[in-house]
Amino acid sequence: MNMQAIKTEPATALAKPPVASVALSPKQPVSFDRYAKMAKETAARVIPPLIVVLLLGVMWELLCRRTGSTLPPPSKVYKDTKELIFDPFFDNGGLDKGLFWHISASLLRVAYGYSLAAVVGIGLGTLVGQSVWAMRGLDPIFQVLRTIPPLAWLPLALAAFRDGQPSAIFVIFITSIWPIIINTAVGIRNIPQDYRNVAAVVQLNPVEFFWKVMLPAAAPYIFTGLRIGIGLSWLAIIAAEMLIGGVGIGFFIWDAWNSSHMSEIILALFYVGIVGFVLDRLIAALGKLVTHGTSVS
Amino acid sequence: MKAYLKLDHVDKVFTRGKVSSEVLKDINLSLGKGEYISIIGHSGCGKSTMLNIIAGLTRATMGGVILEDREVNSPGPDRAVVFQNHSLLPWLTVYQNVRLGVDKVFAKTKSRAERDEWTMHNLNLVQMTHAKDKRPSEISGGMKQRVGIARALAMEPKVLLLDEPFGALDALTRAHLQDSVMALHQKLGNTIVMITHDVDEAVLLSDRIVMMTNGPSATIGEVLDVPLARPRQRLELASNPVYLDCRKRVLEFLYERHKFVEAA
Repeated sequence: MNMQAIKTEPATALAKPPVASVALSPKQPVSFDRYAKMAKETAARVIPPLIVVLLLGVMWELLCRRTGSTLPPPSKVYKDTKELIFDPFFDNGGLDKGLFWHISASLLRVAYGYSLAAVVGIGLGTLVGQSVWAMRGLDPIFQVLRTIPPLAWLPLALAAFRDGQPSAIFVIFITSIWPIIINTAVGIRNIPQDYRNVAAVVQLNPVEFFWKVMLPAAAPYIFTGLRIGIGLSWLAIIAAEMLIGGVGIGFFIWDAWNSSHMSEIILALFYVGIVGFVLDRLIAALGKLVTHGTSVS
Repeated sequence: MKAYLKLDHVDKVFTRGKVSSEVLKDINLSLGKGEYISIIGHSGCGKSTMLNIIAGLTRATMGGVILEDREVNSPGPDRAVVFQNHSLLPWLTVYQNVRLGVDKVFAKTKSRAERDEWTMHNLNLVQMTHAKDKRPSEISGGMKQRVGIARALAMEPKVLLLDEPFGALDALTRAHLQDSVMALHQKLGNTIVMITHDVDEAVLLSDRIVMMTNGPSATIGEVLDVPLARPRQRLELASNPVYLDCRKRVLEFLYERHKFVEAA
């Protein structure tokens, strides 16, 4: 290009327009190529799972189509649950509500329990990470308590709160808090001595140190804990709701089982999976946003 | 000259369990205001421990540090440190890293606008205003160290402590930064204590060079005056007899009389 420009310069002005058009034309194929490449990449990611889902669907249809099969085939699931799929917002009072209401009730419980666990967990994790004595005193207790299955807490919670709603929230809280505590503590313990020295020279007080150095430095670890925590709380809420009853996707599944609506169970499972997936990605995205630039030092 | 900063019979013993090892023994050193002092010695001789004691990041086992007639034993912005590995907070921009210290030190004495101006002024001193909104991961090693220097200078320290500030940089960047530090010292008249293991750097920058004996129980072996007029020019000094003589004396100290013992 340079050579060409030097050559054409002493020549007449007539030589210029063709040069300009030559410079323009290679641009279009480049951007077109890029779109084609992007489309190719997207296809490479979307098509394989689609094929697998399709194959599984066909297999399922074939297996459950025979008379006497215990579970409904996908075609029957669709036929039975058409109303539930297309109208998630109906509300006939009591427990006869659309799936939207069930899922949002479950999500609300998770929101309460999980937020509480996040705040308390990050606080306790900071304490355990920062103080050797707090670690020695608390860590063994945490290690034992965290192995208790979520549902084992439920009877105790029911006895203490005498109500389903706070008990379910407590189960969420107690399930999701352990990974948050443990990961936060590891994050705090791994804060480089350099950052502590900087804070000491600048004379940050403990509150400023917490907000300006500890939290951002430990953020990647904290978000690992938060992500594990949200997954666990979604696991726990379904199980807890089956037992406490009321509006919620967990009890919806249990209720469907009691009234032998297998298709509704299958539909609910789809929703539970998708919501769990979205929650996980949400926390991951939030973590990416918050820790932007901090993981690389 | 009246002592501005004084290390008075400083001993440092590290104790782990029943094993205790004496790192520094009977360190006595006085600095005048505006003096540039280098501490040089083989690795493991306790140079960094000495700097940390002045900074207040480590407590002396015996003896103490006196700054302007007052004992100092905890860290503070009056003894700002430029760390070897820059130690910028990676989640803050260049500007925010400097501003962090400015906000703390001048919380009561400067208005918000003045603090902003002062932060920019110090970034300008190290020629880093163009990168003020970049994060540390987006700038080069030399630039990070410049920001580290700006952060320390912005606290208006009584003593500026440099912990092998150019150790992690390539030779050309190092020379460039050394010139910058010399110019800043000339302009601002800071009192500076610098740790180094580079003989040329020590002779080029310092008024006096403190040479440490090998550890354990390291102490000051010799203090060498560098009677070279300022401002100093790197190229002119290369053939200056006084410079060469100082250089030779440091080398003799380090490689003849206090040769580094591998086992130590």
